[in-house]
Amino acid sequence: MDHALVTDGGRSIAPLAIGYETYGELNADRSNAILLCHALTGDQYAAGVHPVTGKPGWWDALVGPGKPFDTERYFIICSNVVGGCMGTTGPSSTNSSTGKPYGLDFPVVTIRDMVRAQAMLIDHLGIETLFCVAGGSMGGMQVLQWAASYPDRVFSAMPIATAAKHSAQNIGFNEVGRQAVMADPDWRAGRYLEQGVRPEKGLAVARMSAHITYLSEAALQRKFGRKLQDRSAPTFSFDADFQVESYLRYQGVAFVERFDANSYLFVTRACDYFDLAADYGGSLAKAFKDTKTRFCVVSFTSDWLYPTSDSRAVVHALNAGGASVSFVEIESDKGHDAFLLHEPMFIATTRGFLESAAVARGLKARP
Amino acid sequence: MTLTQHPRLDHLLIADMVEPGARVLDVGCGDGALLQLLARAKNVDGRGVELSQRGVNECVAKGLSVIQGDADTDLADYPNDGFDYVILSQTLQATRHPREALGNMLRIGRRAIVSFPNFGYWRVRVQLAFRGRMPVTGNLSYSWHDTPNIHLCTIRDFVELVDNLGAHIERGFALDHAGAPIRVNAPWWVWNLMGEQAIFLLERDAPSE
Repeated sequence: MDHALVTDGGRSIAPLAIGYETYGELNADRSNAILLCHALTGDQYAAGVHPVTGKPGWWDALVGPGKPFDTERYFIICSNVVGGCMGTTGPSSTNSSTGKPYGLDFPVVTIRDMVRAQAMLIDHLGIETLFCVAGGSMGGMQVLQWAASYPDRVFSAMPIATAAKHSAQNIGFNEVGRQAVMADPDWRAGRYLEQGVRPEKGLAVARMSAHITYLSEAALQRKFGRKLQDRSAPTFSFDADFQVESYLRYQGVAFVERFDANSYLFVTRACDYFDLAADYGGSLAKAFKDTKTRFCVVSFTSDWLYPTSDSRAVVHALNAGGASVSFVEIESDKGHDAFLLHEPMFIATTRGFLESAAVARGLKARP
Repeated sequence: MTLTQHPRLDHLLIADMVEPGARVLDVGCGDGALLQLLARAKNVDGRGVELSQRGVNECVAKGLSVIQGDADTDLADYPNDGFDYVILSQTLQATRHPREALGNMLRIGRRAIVSFPNFGYWRVRVQLAFRGRMPVTGNLSYSWHDTPNIHLCTIRDFVELVDNLGAHIERGFALDHAGAPIRVNAPWWVWNLMGEQAIFLLERDAPSE
């Protein structure tokens, strides 16, 4: 980026690199661009095959030809958030003033800083108004921030499985994760990259505890119950006797291969600081006053990390502001992660909302 | 579909009560048929509230702004005077607190339009009086044990409630068994006896000086 990003904390990040992917083609009048905002540990690889993990992108269920985010109709942009570790400047990037990785010298960033960086990318791509900004979880917070910060640049918005502020429970879980990272002897006060080590055990524990919050009790019970892993009786040890233990250990190990521990500290902190109403004198409705953006808010019945009540608070604020808003609570037992999975009712809702918004925007039907 | 082909006469009568370009909230909007009609025929800025996920999804897919929610609990969150009209079509009898729902409607909107099945309809009275059975009619098509309708009333009951709420009836129709409007100059007892369903346009009483 040509100019520095000035953060809410009053620091500036320069130079600022942004890692991003695009899918589909921008039309002649630049009216078909959709910005997808990734969740906490997601990245810019929303669709196709992820270059690091070799697995499908995080929203491969929804992004592609003929899918709701139709790459033959829309121009889809997904960028890595500031503070991340997949090409956008973050704590593992080199601090130009020291020549070493930032580590904890990286400025504490906010959701609004992430959105500011995205807006710089959208400017860079020559796009004035986004047809849609969509995303779940932390990505949903970015969607809400976009709609509040740049109401004229967002034609439609889909905040999914998210909240306008982090609850004490959410902050609590994030703190457990951060403390796990910082308790790892290999964390070295955040200077591990210079010392050639990585706090993998701490980060894996952080991921394991967070992963439980992404699922529902019913889904865990159905998938694992008390089933044992590769054995017929308990070993009376601390091996991974139970399948659920083995599963979580795998999730932890797989995560550290693709994610930076300091980035985990910074992005969780950004979520914890998020409180959109606080920026508008405590009134969430003021954040969306006189907005012309069309909203579709989605929650899932078994999401206990961002429960439906959080989405309803957003809907009430939008209603109070007279916004055009749809709200659907999708019946699912898959927990918070339901928004990443092939959930037919959610896919149908997304398709319907985007198609009707496309008609209102005057976008041509799918070729 | 042209207006005359719209399948529900009660929807057409409701649409006739709405001024063009108005802001309308349809509570219990179902599959959004009325909102679509209003958008097309009256160019209204329409919003909906619907309990069923299927209904909400159908509405969203049609491009309508509809919120999944419950008339009994969610109307309280809407600000005063946010809409020109709040519509409750064939839903009043399924609310837990009809009085509160109507009160909220008249707070949120300057005007309210309510349609409901008339329990004073002569066929209803006949079934209860002579067969000794809970009535099952075209408009009240459920058996007593699995009906969503928990607060049935007659037209006379409804008129009394409106008076209690500090509102008055601007216009009203009773529809007979064939769905045809009963003559507006007919006396109340005729409406109450012959109307299978009723549609009323209510307006808040002006505050006294």
